[in-house]
Amino acid sequence: MAAPAPILRMSGIGKQFPGVKALDDVDFRLLPGEVHALMGENGAGKSTLIKVLTGVYDIDAGEIELEGRRVAFSSPLAAQQAGISTVYQEVNLCANLSVAENIFIGREPRRLGRIQWKKMRRRAEEILSRLDLDLDVSAPLSSYSLAIQQMVAIARAVDIDAKVLILDEPTSSLDAGEVAQLFRVMRRLKEQGIAILFVSHFLDQIYEISDRMTILRNGTLVGEYLTSELSQVELVGKMIGRELADLEKLEDRPPAREGAPLVETELLGRTGAIEPFTLTIHEGEVVGLAGLLGSGRTEIARLLFGADHAGTGALKIDGQAVSLRTPRSAVARKIAFCSENRRAEGLIPDLTVRENIILALQAARGWTRPIPRRRQDELVEKYISALNIRPANPEQLVRNLSGGNQQKVLLARWLILEPRLLILDEPTRGIDVGAKAEIQRLVAELSDGGMAVLFISAELEEVLRLSHKVGVLRDRRLVAELDNDEGLTTDRLTETIASGAIS
Amino acid sequence: MTRFLRHRLFWPVAILVALLALNLVFTDNFFRVQMKDGHLYGSLIDIVRFGAPLILVSLGMTLVIATSGIDLSVGSVVAIAGALACLRISDLDDQNSIGGVLAAVGIALALSVALGVWNGLLVAGIGIQPIIATLILMVAGRGLAQLITDGQITTVNSSPYKLIGGGYWLTLPFSIIIVAVVLALTAFLTRRLALGLLIESVGGNAEASRLSGISARGVLITVYTFCALCAGIAGLMISSNVSSADGNNAGLWIELDAILAVVIGGTSLAGGRFSLGGTVLGALIIQTLTTTIYSIGVPPETTLLFKALVVTIVCLLQSPAFREKVFHRRRRPQSPSPVTEEKVRVSA
Amino acid sequence: MTSVTGLLDLRRTVPQKYIPVMVTAGLFVAMFVAGGIRYEGFATGQIVLNVFIDNAFLLVVAVGMTFVILTGGIDLSVGSVVGLSTMVSASLLKDGWPAFGVMALVLVIGAVLGLGMGAIIHYFEIQPFIVTLAGMFLARGLCYTISTDSIPIENATFTAIAQTRVDLGGDMWVSPSVLIALVVVLAAAYVLHYTRLGRNVYATGGSEQSALLMGLPVARTKIAVYTVSGFCSALGGLLFAFYSLSGYGLSAVGMELDAIAAVVIGGTLLTGGSGYLLGTVLGVLVLGLIQTIISFEGTLSSWWTKIFIGLLLFAFILLQRLITARRR
Repeated sequence: MAAPAPILRMSGIGKQFPGVKALDDVDFRLLPGEVHALMGENGAGKSTLIKVLTGVYDIDAGEIELEGRRVAFSSPLAAQQAGISTVYQEVNLCANLSVAENIFIGREPRRLGRIQWKKMRRRAEEILSRLDLDLDVSAPLSSYSLAIQQMVAIARAVDIDAKVLILDEPTSSLDAGEVAQLFRVMRRLKEQGIAILFVSHFLDQIYEISDRMTILRNGTLVGEYLTSELSQVELVGKMIGRELADLEKLEDRPPAREGAPLVETELLGRTGAIEPFTLTIHEGEVVGLAGLLGSGRTEIARLLFGADHAGTGALKIDGQAVSLRTPRSAVARKIAFCSENRRAEGLIPDLTVRENIILALQAARGWTRPIPRRRQDELVEKYISALNIRPANPEQLVRNLSGGNQQKVLLARWLILEPRLLILDEPTRGIDVGAKAEIQRLVAELSDGGMAVLFISAELEEVLRLSHKVGVLRDRRLVAELDNDEGLTTDRLTETIASGAIS
Repeated sequence: MTRFLRHRLFWPVAILVALLALNLVFTDNFFRVQMKDGHLYGSLIDIVRFGAPLILVSLGMTLVIATSGIDLSVGSVVAIAGALACLRISDLDDQNSIGGVLAAVGIALALSVALGVWNGLLVAGIGIQPIIATLILMVAGRGLAQLITDGQITTVNSSPYKLIGGGYWLTLPFSIIIVAVVLALTAFLTRRLALGLLIESVGGNAEASRLSGISARGVLITVYTFCALCAGIAGLMISSNVSSADGNNAGLWIELDAILAVVIGGTSLAGGRFSLGGTVLGALIIQTLTTTIYSIGVPPETTLLFKALVVTIVCLLQSPAFREKVFHRRRRPQSPSPVTEEKVRVSA
Repeated sequence: MTSVTGLLDLRRTVPQKYIPVMVTAGLFVAMFVAGGIRYEGFATGQIVLNVFIDNAFLLVVAVGMTFVILTGGIDLSVGSVVGLSTMVSASLLKDGWPAFGVMALVLVIGAVLGLGMGAIIHYFEIQPFIVTLAGMFLARGLCYTISTDSIPIENATFTAIAQTRVDLGGDMWVSPSVLIALVVVLAAAYVLHYTRLGRNVYATGGSEQSALLMGLPVARTKIAVYTVSGFCSALGGLLFAFYSLSGYGLSAVGMELDAIAAVVIGGTLLTGGSGYLLGTVLGVLVLGLIQTIISFEGTLSSWWTKIFIGLLLFAFILLQRLITARRR
């Protein structure tokens, strides 16, 4: 059977950012009438590949062919006009306008400059009915759920004569019913010969909808596979970079500790974020959380820090039931949280290193009790040298530091509070190898000193090396809690993540 | 030299110096400060004295703007504070009773504080955009001030009250002393105590501040209250200087001048870093501009034209987009995301 | 509290987007009925028409402001541009310029001022607040440069327009300015509802980022709304000149606040993207009716107008918060 000619072919794509090789010699092709999943962990290069394809970035190397012709898009708009439409996780439509307008704005049917609303509504209904959707097209888009909004975005994209439709994590905030509806629409489009590039972190969904997948890791191509020929375990192994056969013993595993329970949760949960979970963190214990992106790792951290309100369940600290209403009340109980999103949720870019470091301590003391400048300098100097922050200038603006050093500034901000529980969400992501090792060493030292650490990382090896206990997450559920003993390997973790059950 | 040029107060200082130099050319003895009857006199003293209410209001406005807010209601608070104080004093049997004047001043300032808390609650509690939240008090407050004075211009004849805006103490105009005290107090609260750090943090990145354990709500209510208090003191000063309260015209458009002073002083309307010194400079520039226009004999009608010109120049110089487009200076790529935006922008 | 829950119940039967406008309409009717019961000679058609006659200029200015606010911007310069327009008209007419030439020039000046401010706002990314504040100073400064005194208008065309009564039968009449204002309202409503420019205004106000990604001409739209606002302010200035038959540098001081208040009371969100021109018309009528009631009351002083407007603003913003909070 001869495969149809690919509608899109990218070959030898390379993309360099200052200090990082985001894509290196990546090949990718898309056949008409298929759903093609693009797989890879955070930082593997998925979003860079999509941005290169849609003209957000220029490419440094390689070429892109659409229907056999070489193309280079200067902007997402140019890509869209050539037939490559993208629907993002956050719907890029105007929720204040009606459904029909969102499909047609900029291309409204007009006569003598006057918009023909009736004709527009009728055509909108036609387009939506082709996708099996029956909506009131004159209602504002905001009156519909996110899932419907996404499908309206798809309808708009498809009506602009799309040949290639890119769906970038469209399902991450949808419930099961909405996902089913989206998949119906995707199958409909597939039948019409549209090539769909699909990105999702939910493995079950990938296996349900995709025909073929391309896996990236660290900016390089791992391979292209037929979904039916690759098992979930193999897939996770390829994404994380560890073949099943390639067993590796971790040698310097830390000793198990005996500490009093510090934080206990009982069926703590929040609708749409994380299913109720029960977890105990002891003093001096490092608890790792493993799972793919979007599996609920960050959501657990935010609940334990009071950044979000829990909808259900109970939380105990030192055996006492507490309710964390704000991060402030968590800080008062000596809980600290380094967000994975340094830029948006961590640093104040216009303040100096010193100011960023003392911020949480100052907030805890209140503004009427300033930290004396000499003590500030002592503290800041101590942590700049202990964490090896470069440049070692406390008056440098934090926006001018590299990612690794920014991460260390955030760590320092929380360490001077001497927390009892330190929550680290992806503390080593996007930073160089040296800084990574320093942060890992620090975590081990801190837990030896009696501090409890909740350590979240996409890198299983790192989780295993540091943790005494590993919680495994999948599809927003804590599916397993494994002691980090002799029997626990990255393979077993991989398998648990893939299968959703303890093997 | 470039370091000097890049200092963020360079342009405000340069403009102020230029204005003063202009005065020197047109007015003899512009810089002379004389001692008469134990009081200091001179053009420079007058600039600060007449500029005192604006400096006060601008100081409060600086903190509000640093949290990326804005307070349009200060002019109304100026009018209300002056009106209430004058009303209470005019009801006194002995208008020169110090206790009575102090009580009137205290009540007026207490009401100002209450109005500030109201603004703060609308912004931080209900989450209304600052510009709209304070527009409410801006509109209703004018009416309230007239209600207090019953639409009349309430005049008082009280020497203790006259001291606030028109009197002298230790050879200096008392209003200058008040400004110095408030400035010192503001500097103390924000720079010696840690209020300034928390304000800049909330203005720079509100979500990160919340996740650092800062009570953004408390900070916001504090700054709106402080701003209203400053406006209240300015209101007392203005009404004391003319020994009367005019609910309709006292402090009219002072909010716009104050916002301008803050922006000229180098504090961004987007919030974050603020400069009290810059704000004082900005307010002095506005006052000097008025004085200059009188002294060089330009008809006072054109004050507003000059003001428009100065605002436009200063704002353009401070706009990164303007500098990039006009001086062709490439912006440093900081992260992939701004690149995205720019590309999108270009395509449109 | 029951009225608030009542309003929220209403949302189930009427499309949510019409509720703010309906609330304003209900308020207007309630005020009119209350006035009719309380005062003799209040409940006549002419009272409503007088509100139009006394506020025709504000109506036109508020139309322009609606365009700007729908994109999420603000225009503080409108009052000054009204003042400038009266000054330019009066001084040129005094110099013997033909009436229609003056009108055309005034409209061009307003539109060009708006265009300039829009361009600075868009291309140099300076907040609308500051740019239009500078525009406010500029226009007001130009007024004073022309003259600090009031200049009477004696031009035959202007006085003829000012004195014409358009009879509507039954002893009711309006001024030509009201008809001009209504034409402006209808034209603006048509533009907002039936043209691409109008829909782009709503899209830009809804989400500028999305509008860009959907390929809409955001730059052109943003500059256009400030131009429209400048044009409307100039036209409002002409109507004001008809109304007062003089040019004065201090006329229409603070009118920007009345215009913003009318737009907000009319149910348009200041964040942009949501609102109707009909709401703005009703907002202007409510403001005008408050003044009428206060003049009928006689003992109530004029400052109650400001306090009522402030309270109304507060009530409407609170209502909008409730609606938007439920939406999320």
